[in-house]
Amino acid sequence: MKYEDFNDNETLELFKQTGGNLFFTTVDAIINWGRSNSVWPLTFATACCGIEMMAAGASRHDFARFGIEVYRASPRQADVIVVAGTIVNKMAPVLKRLYDQMPEPKYVIAMGACAISGGPFYYNSYHVVKGVEKVIPVDVYIPGCPPRPEALLYGVMQLQRKIQTETIRNPRKQPDTFADTDNK
Amino acid sequence: MENIITNNSIQQEEYIVNMGPQHPSTHGVLRLKISLKGETVENIEPHCGYIHRGIEKMCERLTYQQIIHLTDRLDYLSAHTNNEAVCLLVENALQIEVPERVKYIRTILDELTRLASHQLWWCAFGMDLGALTTYFYGLRDREKILDIFEETTGARLLQSFNVPGGLMNDIHPNFIGRVKEFITYFRKKLPEYDELLTGNVILKERTTDIGLLTLEEAINYGVTGPSGRASGFACDVRKHHPYSAYDKVEFKEILYTKGDSFHRYKARVEEMWESMKILEQLIDNIPEGDYAVKMKPIIKLPEGEYYQRVEAARGEFGVYVLSTGEKYPYRVKFRSPNFSNLSAINKLGAGHKIADLVAIGGSLDLVIPDIDR
Repeated sequence: MKYEDFNDNETLELFKQTGGNLFFTTVDAIINWGRSNSVWPLTFATACCGIEMMAAGASRHDFARFGIEVYRASPRQADVIVVAGTIVNKMAPVLKRLYDQMPEPKYVIAMGACAISGGPFYYNSYHVVKGVEKVIPVDVYIPGCPPRPEALLYGVMQLQRKIQTETIRNPRKQPDTFADTDNK
Repeated sequence: MENIITNNSIQQEEYIVNMGPQHPSTHGVLRLKISLKGETVENIEPHCGYIHRGIEKMCERLTYQQIIHLTDRLDYLSAHTNNEAVCLLVENALQIEVPERVKYIRTILDELTRLASHQLWWCAFGMDLGALTTYFYGLRDREKILDIFEETTGARLLQSFNVPGGLMNDIHPNFIGRVKEFITYFRKKLPEYDELLTGNVILKERTTDIGLLTLEEAINYGVTGPSGRASGFACDVRKHHPYSAYDKVEFKEILYTKGDSFHRYKARVEEMWESMKILEQLIDNIPEGDYAVKMKPIIKLPEGEYYQRVEAARGEFGVYVLSTGEKYPYRVKFRSPNFSNLSAINKLGAGHKIADLVAIGGSLDLVIPDIDR
């Protein structure tokens, strides 16, 4: 799919490969159902967005309802890394390493303005990675400074829809190499 | 095998372990380089800079109104207090007297911020020591405060509600009622905190006599806030150098003398009661008046050095500004409470087991972006 054809989030289902063998489509449906409903995040937060992520996991917002429940302390047990907060040049190699340690399939949510573009630290700064996509590939962007917990919930649901478009016939490929940081 | 364990150098050898930068109980991206002998901590060396955002340097190219938005992001759990420090600095430098109404509202919002911060610390501290329930209890009550913030200031976490000369807007008509409602609600809920965690045997075993800090050491290292007051260091800026409306309220400075992790815990829980007392004294007496004085769109501080300190949730937060008379400050320096509190961690942790380090770190209530700035 071309970038220009992607109009809004509602066209996400167009990613889905239609047709095919009954066996494969059934297996796809089962695997995607399982994967999308138990997304385990990594306990990873650098700054303010981490507090909103905590709030999203707590009593009122409770994103356990959507299956994104068990915070894992080790990247080896996590499915999704929510990059909550600023990534600075010193942290970028660490983030890359965390991402590399996660097992496939792995997903990335860039939460907040800092993770998307450097946010309030974009101008006149010598220290901030201007967008976390320069280090690791990002699946879902959640704007805000910091985003509300509801926004994170919506982002997680978008990720689940994205997972459901996957197929084992055409497995998701991760780019092999990424430059550590552009503005080293 | 016995020979190896008793005679060999396994027990004597120093072993280096890195805690962090990605570790759930460092509350951020702090890296502690720990030298171990067996399981006992010999030396702790904190490595900072994993979230160094150069805020001080950026402030040199921002106007005073813009600086406020970056102070939010220093210690994001006492955002309102940090804003206030910059605003007070500008107001004192220009000798502007803000209306009484502003002072009262600022103080109320300060105390609400402190309550929200201590609630979050309480649930994170419980979670560090393995009590997951505290997480849900603490954040349940915190959401009520965030609702009040959201209604009046428009933001949940980083409000930037203070501007030099007053407030960005007047308070919401529901504000007073909501705060009163919250106080009655939280007065009932706070004893639950004590029932759940304070009297808990596991908590007591893991925190009593762990991480002792004497009064002299607290003063030498500049450990302020509840952590310093647990060692008997009377350092409450609200009490000793009152600003805003703190000279109009009666409250007790929580002081303990023992200075272990448990008393740092106690100091914070007791502070929540005191914060509610302050809120009760102020909420009915908000005077009528303007919410801000008219300021020039471009603020230029007269040439000179300025320093303003406030009591943030974790200790004394100070702003130092060197002005050359321009619209930008020549140099800005933040005295962040967490940086000084972290400096004592070697004193606190050395000699204890490595598992106690989690309790010690939790009881200091570190916010890492505030350390690295």
